[in-house]
Amino acid sequence: MTTETDMSSQLTTLKTGGWRSWMLTDTPRSRRQATAGMLYRGWLQFSRNRLAMTGFVTLLLMFAVAILAPQLASHDPNVQDLAHRLVAPSALHWLGTDQLGRDLYSRLLYGTRITLGMAVLIVAIVAPLGLLIGSVAGYAGGWIDRILMRVTDIFLAFPKLVLALAFVAALKPGLTSVVAAIALTAWPPYARLARAETMVIRHADFISAIRLTGASPSRIVFRHIMPLCISPVIVRVALDVSGIVLTAAGLGFLGMGAQAPSPEWGAMIASTRGFILEQWWVPTIPGVAIFVASLAFNLLGDGLRDVFDPKSD
Amino acid sequence: MSSLKARHWRSRVGASASGLTAMVATLFGLVLVTFVIGRAMPVDPVLAIVGDRATPDVVARVRLELGLDRPLLEQFWIYLHHIARGDFGTSVMTGQSVVADVLHFFPATMELATLAILVAVLVGVPLGVLAAARAGSRLDAAVRVISLTGQSTPVFVQALLCLLVFYVKLGIAPGLGQQDIAFDGLVPSVTGALVIDAALDRQWDVFRDALAHLAMPALTLAFVSMSMIVRMTRTFMLDALSGEFVVTAHAKGLSPLRIVWRHAFGNVAGRLTVVIVLAYAGLLEGAVLTETVFGWPGLGQYLTRSLLNADMNAVLGATVVIGTVYVVLNFGADVAYRLLDPRVK
Repeated sequence: MTTETDMSSQLTTLKTGGWRSWMLTDTPRSRRQATAGMLYRGWLQFSRNRLAMTGFVTLLLMFAVAILAPQLASHDPNVQDLAHRLVAPSALHWLGTDQLGRDLYSRLLYGTRITLGMAVLIVAIVAPLGLLIGSVAGYAGGWIDRILMRVTDIFLAFPKLVLALAFVAALKPGLTSVVAAIALTAWPPYARLARAETMVIRHADFISAIRLTGASPSRIVFRHIMPLCISPVIVRVALDVSGIVLTAAGLGFLGMGAQAPSPEWGAMIASTRGFILEQWWVPTIPGVAIFVASLAFNLLGDGLRDVFDPKSD
Repeated sequence: MSSLKARHWRSRVGASASGLTAMVATLFGLVLVTFVIGRAMPVDPVLAIVGDRATPDVVARVRLELGLDRPLLEQFWIYLHHIARGDFGTSVMTGQSVVADVLHFFPATMELATLAILVAVLVGVPLGVLAAARAGSRLDAAVRVISLTGQSTPVFVQALLCLLVFYVKLGIAPGLGQQDIAFDGLVPSVTGALVIDAALDRQWDVFRDALAHLAMPALTLAFVSMSMIVRMTRTFMLDALSGEFVVTAHAKGLSPLRIVWRHAFGNVAGRLTVVIVLAYAGLLEGAVLTETVFGWPGLGQYLTRSLLNADMNAVLGATVVIGTVYVVLNFGADVAYRLLDPRVK
C-alpha cells in the first residue's frame, strides 16, 4: 500500500498536535487524507484491543527475530558437537542442545525464518490467486462463473491435510512442495469471498458509470473491483495463517516438509520426539514456538476482524 | 396450507438434488486429482511393483499390464473403471489389496473420531451457550482462552505432551496402540472398532483396556474440535440472543433458562449441526497426526506409513476414501441445514 509512505511524508510536514485532527477530520480535502484517516481510525480501534495488540507485537518481534537470526544466534545452527548432546539449558546453551549437540536456541531462531517465510509465501500465492478467480467469476457471471465456482467448490470440499500429503508425496518432500501443496488447497475460500464481494459491487452505480465511460472489463475488475475486495481478504488471511502454520508444522512433523538438517520446527520435534522421556524440553521448545506463532496470528486475526468487519463472527 | 407446505418441501428436495449433482462432480474431481497426482509422482509405478532388479522384458510386460503405454485419457478411463469396481490396486507395503487394507484400518479411525466428536459436542456446546449467555463474564473470558489455546496448539505437540504427562510421569494412562499386547486377538473382529467388539463379546477386561487406550487420543482430538465448536456456538448464540424475539420472550416473563435453551438455542441448532458435521469430517483428517503419535492402528497411520514407503497405490486409495467420506459428510451437512432451518431458501 502506498498510503503508509504517503502518510508518513504528510505527517512530517504537519506539526504534531495538528496531525490528529487532520487525520480525524470529517471533511478530508484529498483522497489520501481520507484513506489515511480511515486507516488511523482503524488503528485506534485495533490498538484498544489488548489481545490483538499482544498478537501484533509478538508477530513484529518474530519477524525481527527472523530477519536478525544470524546476529541473535549464539551458535551456528547446523554445527554438531557430539560431545555435548542433549545438554540442559545453561549460560553457554540458553535452551540446551539437541541429539546431535546443536544449539537449540540458535536453531529455534533460524526456524522462525522457515515458518514465517513459508506462511508469507503461501499467503502471497493464495490471496491474489483467490482474489483474481473470485472477482473474475463474480464480474463475468454466466458459464465462466459456473465453471470457476465449480472448480472452487471441488477444491473446497477436499480434505486439506490429506490432499496436501498426497501432493507432497508426489512432488517429493521438501519446503517447496509444502508451499505448493498448502497453496493448492488454501485458495478456494478467498475465491468464494472475493466472488461474494464482487457480486455486490458489480451492481453499484459507480461501476455502471465506469462502464459507460468505456472502461474494459479487465480494467473494471483489476482497478475498481479487486481493490475493494482487499480488506475482507486481509481479515481472512490473518485468520487463516495460524492454520497454515499448523499444517506446515504438521507436514514437517510427518517428514514430508523440510529435510534434515533444516531447523524447521515440526521436523525438529519429529527428530527429537524419542527423547521426550529424559530431555522433555528438547521436543517441547519448538512445540511452544509453533503454538506462540499460531496464537499470535489468531489474536491478530480476531482484532483485525473486529476493525474491518464487526458484524461477522 | 398443505399445498404450500408441499411446495416448500419440494423446493428443498430440489435443492438437495442439485447439491447431489455437486457432490458427484466433487467426487469426480477428487478422483481426477488423485489420478493426476499418481501420474506426476517421481517414483516409477512399474519399478515400485517389480523392484529395480527386474529384467527389462518383465518391466515392459508390467508396463503393458498397467496400461501405461496407452494415452492418458484412456488410462484415466481405466482408473475410473477400477475405482468404480472398488479396485485400488495392491499395496506394495502390506501385499494386500488397498481396499482390504482400508477396510481393516478404517474402523479404528472411526472409533477415535466418533468418541472425540461426542466429547467435543457434549462439552463444547453447553460451554459455548453459557459463555454467550454470560458474555463478558469471567466464564466467557475463560472459554475464550480455552478455545484460542485449542485452535493454536499443534495437535502432535499436544499428543506428545499428553503422553509425557499422563503415561510417563503420572502413569494413569496406558501407552501406545489400541490395546495391551496380552489381550491381542482375544476378541473376534465384528465391527473393527475394538471397544464395540469387546462389548459385543462381553469381554469386559478387553473392553476396559480398549477404552483406556482410546481415551487419550480421543480426548486430544476432542480438544481441537471442541475449541472450534465452542467458538462457533458462542458466536451463533450471541447473534440469536440479540434478536427481537428474545426481547419479546423476556417481556412475556419467560424464565432466562427457557429463553436461552428453547428460544435462542433452537434458533441456532441448524447452523450448529453444520459446524458439528464439518468438525467430524475434519477429525478424520486430524486423526492423521494424532494416530501417528499414539501409534493408533487407523487409516491416518496407514496413510503416513504408505507415504514414507512411497506406496502410491495405498496413498491414493486412502486419499480417495478419506476424501469421499469428507465430501459425503459435507453434503450431509448441507442437507441437514436445509431441513433444519426453515429460513434457508
